[in-house]
Amino acid sequence: MRWLMLMFALVTGPAWAEEVVLGLSRDKVAITATFEGSDILIFGAVKRESPIQDKEPLEVVVSVSGPSRPVTVWRKERQLGIWVNSESVEVDGAPSFYAVASSAPLSEVLSEGEDLRHQITLSRAIRSSGALHGFKDTRAYTDALIRIREKQGAYKVNEGGVVFDEQTLFRTSISLPANLTEGMYLTRIFLTRGGKIVSEYDAFIDVRKVGLERWLYTLAHERPLWYGLMSLAIAIAAGWGASAIFRVLQRR
Amino acid sequence: MQIYLPIAEVSVNAFLLLGLGGIVGILSGMFGVGGGFLMTPLLFFIGIPPAVAVATEANQIVASSFSGVLAHFRRKTVDLRMGTVLLIGGLVGAALGVLVFNYLRSLGQVDLLVKLCYVVFLGVIGGMMFFESLRAIRKSRSGAKTATRKKHGIAHKLPFKMRFRTSGLYISVIPPLLIGVAVGILAAIMGVGGGFIMVPAMIYLLGMPTKVVVGTSLFQIIFVTAFTTLLHATTNYTVDIALAVLLLVGGVIGAQVGTRIGTRLNAEQLRILLALMVLVVCFKLGLDLLIKPSELYSIGAGGGH
Repeated sequence: MRWLMLMFALVTGPAWAEEVVLGLSRDKVAITATFEGSDILIFGAVKRESPIQDKEPLEVVVSVSGPSRPVTVWRKERQLGIWVNSESVEVDGAPSFYAVASSAPLSEVLSEGEDLRHQITLSRAIRSSGALHGFKDTRAYTDALIRIREKQGAYKVNEGGVVFDEQTLFRTSISLPANLTEGMYLTRIFLTRGGKIVSEYDAFIDVRKVGLERWLYTLAHERPLWYGLMSLAIAIAAGWGASAIFRVLQRR
Repeated sequence: MQIYLPIAEVSVNAFLLLGLGGIVGILSGMFGVGGGFLMTPLLFFIGIPPAVAVATEANQIVASSFSGVLAHFRRKTVDLRMGTVLLIGGLVGAALGVLVFNYLRSLGQVDLLVKLCYVVFLGVIGGMMFFESLRAIRKSRSGAKTATRKKHGIAHKLPFKMRFRTSGLYISVIPPLLIGVAVGILAAIMGVGGGFIMVPAMIYLLGMPTKVVVGTSLFQIIFVTAFTTLLHATTNYTVDIALAVLLLVGGVIGAQVGTRIGTRLNAEQLRILLALMVLVVCFKLGLDLLIKPSELYSIGAGGGH
């Protein structure tokens, strides 16, 4: 029976395939001076050439991840009566932002193996070079990293956050916080069936500073001396200005 | 109103920054301290990355000190000669301080050292000033005339004597130079102007009159912090101009208000207030080191090793 199924699948493969047709409410996020965060609506449909044949329901997992940066996680310990940073673990790739949403609990829609391969859940997405300094318990450090970033709103898990109608239309909303790092944000949509990924679709959201923000950032990095002098000039002008204004006010 | 800071890459409330700048500016004008020792920890609390907070604060101190020193120039309470001597020491000290800072960073634990520096210095200076002022107030209340005895300390015995007319002193330049160097080192390590250390040092070690001390320390602070700002801007790219502007708009206005409040209070009251403030900050920082933190872990930038 299984052989038959496999043969059937091989022969009629393309007709069987279920693909994602995706829409993003926006694929560019402009960070302006008054940027307050942004909601991105991710919606799409499943394109299939033949009617649904499987008994197991199709599920959708959406993840958005910001640029990865290495971080050091420190642990405090009491030494000579005061609390000091004592041990640290380097995590060599922690995304600055990570959100994952799914149409049902992640443990049901995704098998361990698929998660390991595609690094979808939070703990998998954060790679640890671990045991760099001979500490076994790197798990506690990555857990702490996730906990702290979740509290800051940089990491989000929304199980059941994807609305999936008639096994065809899906949509979810991911809110990007105001504290956003520049870069290309990778958006991945997975279709899973019985824990196995049957289709993946990737898209990028371009997050960057614009206008004054862009100009200042570029100046600070490319002409640091001028930028420094400009900062000082503004400081001195402001100091003088306030002094002059107050003197005028006091004379009256 | 939220505002996104281009270098710090965080979004903060603009009015919060204006308010913080204003309050610290008032204190700065009243006491002749740059206010950095209050502002830098406050910026940490609202989530500004420490490297950006320290560098930007240096720039903001330039503004509030400049605003403050103009008022003192008009009242002729700046000892330019003393200020220049302190400044030469300060620049040397700041350069040394940056070297020490980088060396300690290579060992790790620079955070702890900075905090311990704060606790020790604030504690000693705050305590000294508090009891000194208390004694002075009690004496003046009891009617006993506080004999202004001329202190003939070490500053009078050393060579290279110089006349500091505005301060009414004829002392060796070595002690002020050393004070400048020490303050410069501390300023670079702790990310502050150093006024809170220099003011008491000028009063107690050099015997300068309190009236001249504030203006002179502001004068020195402007140049040392300007130097620090340029160092940070060119080496670490951590000066956030948007953050600085918001802080200094509040700061310069506050400094003007503070200078005027300062002239209404008498010197002893001023000193006891500054002492109390120094002790409060010291106590808070000390407590953080002693009490078990609710989150044992913290995240730092990677590649530190």
